[in-house]
Parts: sequence; structure tokens; C-alpha cells
Amino acid sequence: MSTVEATEASGSQRKAEYVSNEQFQKSLNAKLARQRIQDLAFRRTTLSFALFVLLLLGAIIASLVLGAYPIFEKFGFGFLTSRDWNPVTNEFGALNAIYGTVVTSFIALLIAFPVSFGIAIFLTELCPIWLKRPLGTAVELLAAIPSIIYGMWGLFVFAPLFAKYAQPFLTKYFGDVPLIGELFQGPPMGIGMLSAGIILAVMVIPFIASVMRDVFEIVPPVLKESAYGLGATTWEVVRNIVLPYTKAGVVGGTMLGLGRALGETMAVTFVIGNTPKIAASLFEPGASIASTIANEFAEAGDGGHIAALIGVGLVLFIITFIVLALAKLMLMQLAKGEGART
Amino acid sequence: MNAVLQPVEDVTAAPPKISVRNLNFFYGNFQGLKNINLDILERRITAFIGPSGCGKSTLLRTLNRMYDLYPGQRAVGQIMMNGRNILDKSQDLNLLRAKVGMVFQKPTPFPMSIYDNIAFGVKLYENLSKAEMDERVEWALNKAAIWGEVKDKLKQSGLSLSGGQQQRLCIARAVAVKPEVVLLDEPTSALDPISTAKIEELLHELKTDYTIAIVTHNMQQAARVSDFTAYMYLGDLVEYGVTDELFIKPKKKETEDYITGRFG
Repeated sequence: MSTVEATEASGSQRKAEYVSNEQFQKSLNAKLARQRIQDLAFRRTTLSFALFVLLLLGAIIASLVLGAYPIFEKFGFGFLTSRDWNPVTNEFGALNAIYGTVVTSFIALLIAFPVSFGIAIFLTELCPIWLKRPLGTAVELLAAIPSIIYGMWGLFVFAPLFAKYAQPFLTKYFGDVPLIGELFQGPPMGIGMLSAGIILAVMVIPFIASVMRDVFEIVPPVLKESAYGLGATTWEVVRNIVLPYTKAGVVGGTMLGLGRALGETMAVTFVIGNTPKIAASLFEPGASIASTIANEFAEAGDGGHIAALIGVGLVLFIITFIVLALAKLMLMQLAKGEGART
Repeated sequence: MNAVLQPVEDVTAAPPKISVRNLNFFYGNFQGLKNINLDILERRITAFIGPSGCGKSTLLRTLNRMYDLYPGQRAVGQIMMNGRNILDKSQDLNLLRAKVGMVFQKPTPFPMSIYDNIAFGVKLYENLSKAEMDERVEWALNKAAIWGEVKDKLKQSGLSLSGGQQQRLCIARAVAVKPEVVLLDEPTSALDPISTAKIEELLHELKTDYTIAIVTHNMQQAARVSDFTAYMYLGDLVEYGVTDELFIKPKKKETEDYITGRFG
């Protein structure tokens, strides 16, 4: 090893400082050996931690697949496309729950993305200094509220108000609009798919907003100044400079929020209504994958019910995986759009 | 570029483009500029020199009110340009910055293609057809002496260029919007000598159309490129005059100490 030779060379140059060259050489070798062992141990330890994560992931996937195997054996692909979910007659189809999960998460993202974007832009570009810290802290604190509290709040506070004021308003003004009108019809019960989506939006906003704020803050000030220096307005700078510069972070933050919305259990279980069905109206109750599992696991017995629950869990896992893959794909597409870097 | 080779022209025979009067600048409670008075003449290059922290960049940043982006920074006094005080509250900042372009110490290409880097600023204020825009992009890149190097890769990212090319791209970008004044804040301090020479040459050519103000750490550069030089120290304008005179026989002792390297 050249570094060792170099060290030895510089060591022998310094021999005058030592009582005996031989003694020095010995202690040096011992020291080097000790360092090599330390390095090796360190490398192996960190490697084993990293491998443990892989192992864990593999084990979870394996147990999901094994646990869900009976249900796929029985219903095949039909498990994903069937809308029957009846533990009594042992009929299991996951479509209701998949629909509930996807639709509530989509609603959540539809609301949360623009709001979070606005919060992040205001905090980084427009906010007066004295307001910056309290506002930023408030956003972070919102993320610290346990989901069961969101659920309770959603059921006892939000849902009655929503039923009393918002739902009649939506029915009145959007109920007759072609195409989307049907989404806003039906009895104003407060709970249901739309309520679940809105509660989810409130829950994911702090995540998306704080990630976006962090990535907006890493944009070099001179880059922004260059754009301002050409006469651009704040919006033009954000649109053309800040967003392209931070797109990976923005997409990443959004996916983090979406991932959370897809898997959120407690808050959704409180307000979604827990009725496995697919209705045209967003006011109707529904069920998501996570809420179905949470509601039924305790009573699930043999005869396929447990396998069916693990099966929908596997589906949830796959949906999340697809979302992540799509995000990566989208980023690659965006990178192409800005021109090749050589 | 030595003085003898320059065309015989009276550098002082030009109207003032920007007149700074009693300008004071504050970073919170700290006073960054103290009662600055000077005229920047039209179609001349004015250089600002001085040790770090002397306020030369601050002065430059008041000329397009870039400091306005940051709370707590304020300027008091008068900066007259085209007959009005640009420090007035009523001054439209975007319009001012479209007229007073700026180039920074580090090249700052936008995260987009070379073509779009130039077109970006133009699109903000002008509605050009595709053909007109193509023409403008070529014109600007030509002005910045970089057209030949990039004409075959206009669709590539501006970040794919070398540092010197990026800086000339930034100059082209500033020139493309046809400003009246171009401010350069140590534009060559991050570049190698060859790129620096190219940019200095470029400044000489740009002078025929634009009023240029440049901040530089490099006294030789100030001596080479500028018509006027201002020496600043601790927020004061110590001496301001025709570059050749200031470098050959400075009126103030402090200026002499600084340019002869006895200080700073």
C-alpha cells in the first residue's frame, strides 16, 4: 500500500526524534494494524445495518405474499376486480377498498399540492421576517399531531360543520354541473369519501409544505437575483427558476405526502364511513384498504378472511411502489426536457 | 491595452447616465454607504475598486435596487436616471431592472437550454415571433462573443457550458433585453485568464452601446478596461476620476497606498 510506504518513509525521516528506529517502526506497525482493524470493523458494521434493511424489506414482502397466497389461489386476478366483500359468505374482492384508497388520496393531493406550494412560496419568497419563524414552526407542528387526533377532530368537529355548511353549498353550486355534478350529490352526512380526502389533505400539507420550503431555500440567491435582474416578477422567478431548479425536491415531497395519504389508517377510518362500496357521489361513505384492515383484523377468522386482508395489504404495498416508480419516471422525463448536460 | 493605442477621445465628453447624490445605505443599523456622490457617464465604463467590505458591491446593487429583495436593507438619497429618482417608492422595480441589467460574480445560467436562457428575459417584456426571437438570441450571443461556440447546441442546457462560456452566456442574457445600463459584479473573479481576457475585450465592444459599471477586485483589470474609476473604502467614496489619472497620479494618499499595494 502506497500510503503505508509513504507513512513509513516519513517515519524513517523522523527517526532522529526517536530513541530507536526499530522501536518506532514496531509501534507504527502496531498502530497501522489497529487502524486497519478499526476501519474494517466499521465498514462491516455499517454494511450489516444497510443489509438488514434489505433483509427486512424482503421478509415483509415474503410474508405478505405468503399470507395472501390462499386468496389469490381462490379468486385469482378476480380478487382485484371484484366488488363483493362479504366475510360471512367468504366472498372477497378488493376493488371497493382500492377505489377508496386511490380516490381519497387523489382528493388529498389535489387539495394539498397547491396549498402546500403556496405556503412554501410565501415562506421562502414573500414572508416578512417576523412572521417567518412562527409560521414555519406552526406548519411543522401540524405534522406532529398524531393521526388519531385528526380522526377525532374530523369526526366530531369537522364532519358536522362540513355537513351543515359545505355540503349543501357544494350540492347547490356544483350539483348540476355536467360531468362533475354527480360527485356532489346525495345526503349531507359529513362523513364519506370527500371528508376523508379533506382530512388527509390537512394531514399531508405540513409534510409537502415543509419539504417544498426546504428545497426552495436551497436555490442560490444569485440565481434568483439574476432573474429578478432581468425584470422578472416573483411569480415569473418562481415559475421559471425556482421550480425547475427544485423539481426533484418538489416531486419528492409530493410523493412523500401521497405515500402518507395512501397508507393513513386512523384518521381515514374515523371519517370515511367504512362501507365497502363504490358510489358516484363523493358524499357517500366508502372504505379504504387501510381502514378495512384496521376495522376487520380483530374479528377475522379462518376461511380466507385473514388472507383477504393480507391480500389487500399487499395491494396497498404495490400501489405505493407504483407511485414511487412513476415519480422516478416523471423526474427522468423532466430532466430530458431541460436539455442534455454533457 | 495601453493608453497610447486608444482612439483619441475625451472620455469626459459624455452626459451623465446615472447621478448619485447623498446616497446612504443601511443594512439594518450598519451603514454600508456614507454620503456617496458621483456621476456615471453614458457609454463609458466605470470601475469600482476597493478592499472587501468597502461598499462597492452595495453601491452597484442600489443601482438596480436589488437590495429591495431583502428586508432590513434600505437606501436613502437620490439616484437620478433618465430624469427621475429610482429610489422613489413609485419606481416600478421590474421595469427598472429590465433597463439596468446585471451580471454576477459566479456564472448563473438558468436551469434551461442555452436558447431559453436568452429568450427568458426577452419574453418578459416583448412579444416576439419565433423568427424574431431566433434573431434576437443570435444577436445577443454574438454581442457576447459566444455565438460561434454555442450555435450548434442551443437546445443543450446552459449548465453544460464551461465557466467562461457560462459567464458570457449570462452577459448575452443581460444584453438580450436591450438594457441601458449593464452592471457587472466581479464578473471575472471566478474565471481563468483566457476567459477573463475574452470578457474584458467584450466590455470594450459593449461600451459603444451601453453604460457599464463594473466592480472588480483586480486593479489591473480596472486600469485596463475602465474609463473612470472610483476607489472606495469603508463605505466612503475616497476618490473618483478618469482612470488614467487616478492610477498615474492619484490625488489622495489613501488611493495611492491602495493602488501601489502598500495597503489592502
